[in-house]
Amino acid sequence: MKILGTAAVIAGMLTSAALAEAVAPTAVKYDEGTVAMSLSGAAGDPVEGRNIVGNKKKGNCVACHQVTDLSDVPFHGEIGPALDGAGDRWNEAELRGIVANAKLMFEDTMMPAFYKTEGFIRPGKAYTGKAADETFGPVLTAQQIEDVVAYLKTLKE
Amino acid sequence: MKRLAQMACTVSVMAFGGAAMADPVDDTLILNEDITMVTRTAAPAHLEDAVDEVLSGWLFRGTETRAMQADDFDNPGMIFVEQAEDVWNTAEGSEGKSCASCHNEPDTMAGVRAVYPKWNEAAGEVRTLEMQINDCRENRMGAEKWKYTKSNMVNMTALLASVSRGMPINVAIDGPAQSTWEQGKELYYTRTGQLELSCANCHEDSYGKMIRADHLSQGQINGFPVYRLKNTKLNAVHARFKGCVRDTRAETYKPGSPEFIALELYVASRGNGLSVEGPSIRN
Ligand code: HEC
Ligand code: HEC
Repeated sequence: MKILGTAAVIAGMLTSAALAEAVAPTAVKYDEGTVAMSLSGAAGDPVEGRNIVGNKKKGNCVACHQVTDLSDVPFHGEIGPALDGAGDRWNEAELRGIVANAKLMFEDTMMPAFYKTEGFIRPGKAYTGKAADETFGPVLTAQQIEDVVAYLKTLKE
Repeated sequence: MKRLAQMACTVSVMAFGGAAMADPVDDTLILNEDITMVTRTAAPAHLEDAVDEVLSGWLFRGTETRAMQADDFDNPGMIFVEQAEDVWNTAEGSEGKSCASCHNEPDTMAGVRAVYPKWNEAAGEVRTLEMQINDCRENRMGAEKWKYTKSNMVNMTALLASVSRGMPINVAIDGPAQSTWEQGKELYYTRTGQLELSCANCHEDSYGKMIRADHLSQGQINGFPVYRLKNTKLNAVHARFKGCVRDTRAETYKPGSPEFIALELYVASRGNGLSVEGPSIRN
């Protein structure tokens, strides 16, 4: 009994270290638009984050933002401010809040919320034009948000 | 020397992702060296709080694309106009009639494109040009309806637009059309889909800016149907609406739906004063 219990505790510790429970999009705690804790429970990977920010099929952040560090990726939009120096202007909790749901930081902003699953008008199934179905989830996963935040932190002037 | 400077300019535009070409060009569209088109003019009264000027999508396209539209021999859309001229003269349906049987030459339709969508008193509804075409086919020719955005229909709307080119868009938004217009306006400003974007976010607040590789215009429909270099065919207004709504990660409305009819009336009215340009060329 005792041994079994210990084993269970160890197993539990392993899981929380390796693949901790992600915070569900509906359970994220925002404090004036900022989010203090990692959404995935793990650290972000800035290299993967760089990929997500520039990739049309992932974050596609460059659709609206210019990023000098991503000048290998063609066509940056100019809807939002350039992200150069974002890591100086904002701390980690602020960046996490902005990427997860920018509307709480910037009222009525055009920037989409990347970690949100409720409150949409006519949500669709990705870019098919069809209605959302049971596969509907946030635009980016908890870990992808962390990766993007880790990358943004590297953008210093 | 001039060449070199131009090339340097092109290179820098690519390096900065297009930031340098953000504004609409300062250019005049003269069709076939004859008709001067109004591609920018004071906004209609109902739009004054939103924008000062209304601008044709032509002003947001590249030099070659603009040139292509200025000459009917270079405009690939005119091939489809010619196809529609044949159909215009072809009898179909149980009554053995063609469009020409009732309307003579296509020229008699000059001015029609400019005022659609339009309230139809007898039917008690706002009608798009497509709806009117299908009404003639079903009730006067005894022929089958055409699908809303399929080639026969789009080609015929291109023919009807072509004979109105240069005339100012002038859709009525008051009287019995007003409630439909209000509904369209509501749709225009509604932020749809998972990206929560409205037509206004892109085409009112951000026109002139780049969104990734696209240079955002005001999303005017005076140039429809448009021949797109991207898919090398004529594209109907409702097909464009559908594409834009889809890009907000939303469930779209259907071409020919009451929502898109209302939206078309509203968007058309935002272009009141611009010249009819269809079939125009876009990328
Ligand atoms: C559809 C347009 C759009 C997209 C897509 C978009 N943003 Fe933004 N973003 C904006 C706008 C507009 C602002 C300015 C905030 C405001 O509205 O005042 C902004 C602000 C920001 C800021 C704060 C700006 C600063 O540096 O001071 C950060 C950081 C940011 N965005 C990151 C991202 C990331 C990361 C992504 C992708 C995962 C992204 N954005 C996608 C439009 C967009
Ligand atoms: C995420 C941005 C975005 C949103 C939201 C959007 N559009 Fe567009 N739209 C574009 C882009 C990009 C183009 C191609 C470049 C251009 O002409 O602006 C375009 C083109 C158009 C055109 C063609 C204009 C021409 O001259 O050929 C029309 C019409 C149009 N949009 C209408 C709408 C309407 C109506 C809505 C809302 C239901 C809407 N758009 C929502 C991005 C958007």
